[in-house]
Amino acid sequence: MLLKLVLRNAFRHKLRSLLTISGLCVAILAFALLRTVISAWYAGVEASSANRLITRNSISLVFPLPLSYRDKIRQIDGVKTVSYGNWFGGYYIDRKNFFANFAVDPESYLSLYPEYLLPNDQEQAFYRDRKSCVVGRKLAKRFGWKIGDTITLIGTIFPGKWDFVLRGIYRGRDDTIDENQFFFHWDYINETLKKTAPRRADQVGFYIVGITSPELAAKTAEAIDGTFKNSRAETLTETEKAFQMSFVSMSEAIITAIRLVSFVVIVIILVVVANTMVMSVRERAGEYAVFKTLGFGSFYLAGLIFGESLLIAGLGGAAGIVLTFPAAKAFAAAVGNWFPVFKVEALTLYLAVAAALVVGIAAAVIPIWRVVTVRVVEGLGRIE
Amino acid sequence: MNRESSPLVQIKDLNKSYRRGSQIIPVLENIVLDINEGDFLALMGPSGSGKSTLLNLIAGLDQVDGGTIKIGGVEITSLSESELAEWRAGNVGFIFQFYNLIPVLTALENVELPLLLTGLTRKERQEHAALALELVSLHDRMDHYPRQLSGGQQQRVAIARAVVTDPTILVADEPTGDLDRTSAEEVLQLMDRLSGDLGKTIIMVTHDPRAAQKARTMRYLDKGVLADAPEISFTERF
Repeated sequence: MLLKLVLRNAFRHKLRSLLTISGLCVAILAFALLRTVISAWYAGVEASSANRLITRNSISLVFPLPLSYRDKIRQIDGVKTVSYGNWFGGYYIDRKNFFANFAVDPESYLSLYPEYLLPNDQEQAFYRDRKSCVVGRKLAKRFGWKIGDTITLIGTIFPGKWDFVLRGIYRGRDDTIDENQFFFHWDYINETLKKTAPRRADQVGFYIVGITSPELAAKTAEAIDGTFKNSRAETLTETEKAFQMSFVSMSEAIITAIRLVSFVVIVIILVVVANTMVMSVRERAGEYAVFKTLGFGSFYLAGLIFGESLLIAGLGGAAGIVLTFPAAKAFAAAVGNWFPVFKVEALTLYLAVAAALVVGIAAAVIPIWRVVTVRVVEGLGRIE
Repeated sequence: MNRESSPLVQIKDLNKSYRRGSQIIPVLENIVLDINEGDFLALMGPSGSGKSTLLNLIAGLDQVDGGTIKIGGVEITSLSESELAEWRAGNVGFIFQFYNLIPVLTALENVELPLLLTGLTRKERQEHAALALELVSLHDRMDHYPRQLSGGQQQRVAIARAVVTDPTILVADEPTGDLDRTSAEEVLQLMDRLSGDLGKTIIMVTHDPRAAQKARTMRYLDKGVLADAPEISFTERF
């Protein structure tokens, strides 16, 4: 019967309870979405492999490295595979159609990234045709591209119109893999540059180095950078994770702000729910005094108030969590260009559940304290 | 228990005062009172005389400043808050002026409420509660919520709730204070029956001379001091 009482008390003021539950729902939804934005920011870092190093020009990523470094890197102990590439920076039709596009050495690159799953026939077709390209499944879907289509990118770093034939559409090994990328042959732009801008030819933006074991990462990176010390283009080699983190670090202040806001949202809703509980319990002070008069102890009364608070918080939290999925989908559709991997993580859901629980428990503390500490005769208003 | 030699309620040298800021206001002074088992006692007196405070102390709702209260052999003035709560659950039935039913529970559930603290099963609790409602002639209203009942009916539900645990004493604070004459008469007849037929010990605080008339014993409190009621008519007295 106490459970029945909890349920009936929670909805004694239907409008107030529904507004509180709605507020909690929105707060939990906002919390989960903000946490997902933060996760999306770190998606590249999370997807990094411990077996890959990135070597770039030590001055800046903007400055290239000679292609000749490839063979020297290959000879270093611990190095298994070397690939290379350039950030192409092109766009499709309009500048607003932003997506990541790279000129890469196809075979070595795909061998280093087994998480990009490409059918064998498409892979072979990609290798054979120097003007071909491979795109992620989401990107192909976004622009309606099909195998065999000719896609023209407008270059920014490498000016001009560049035509590519779509030979393959990859999908990620799991949903943490970015399926919004565009890869094509590095040779294609290099051959063109040899004719149009020879001084820019035979230069790469970065090397991707596959190592034999993650434990060798530091030693190998040191060896690579040591090899090119005091050369015209010194290198900076770091793990892929550290390389990705360097991009995220640029936005650290924004991420911290988002993280802070996500917690502030919870604190605000905690105050709202606590206020609701305080009002409800104050209105029923006489009833709780009757319970005490009948012999119900603090444990029962705390249970009733906790139950009511947890029920409201649970309903609001559950609604917020359920709505997080369609909301995240809509959000991803709207900003997919900037967050290629926008996935509600299990940890986010656990945190949302924990936040709802904390709100439910914390909001009940003051009302419980008041009910437990008030004298029965005061509660009954019976002092003559 | 032998009524003559050992009263059910024994109050000795009871003192109680309240503090208002730095001021101490004495409410009850050196109260000595014995109540026999099966008695129906009316406590009367003007407002502020301390009668409700005395009732609260007898019911274990408040702590004394000095003196002792012994009920059924238990000295309740030496019990802690939690022990008092446990003692109240098994020994005291309460009837309030404003019924104090839980509005979100039906009549049956309200009566069942005190039984939650017993070891009875759900079925047994409901059977006991239904029996208690039958005793107050409200068996046909067991599924009604308090707002669906008249004042008199709500008070009868409250009486059923008070007696359902078969307590040692019943305490009633102005049980007819919020009722019309007919409903008040019904409630008083019911209390009279509880005392006369079922041998319940009832302590009732009232301003109503007609209510006091139903009692077998009457005591008068004035400025915190207990006295026998003067032998004058009720209408003259109040």
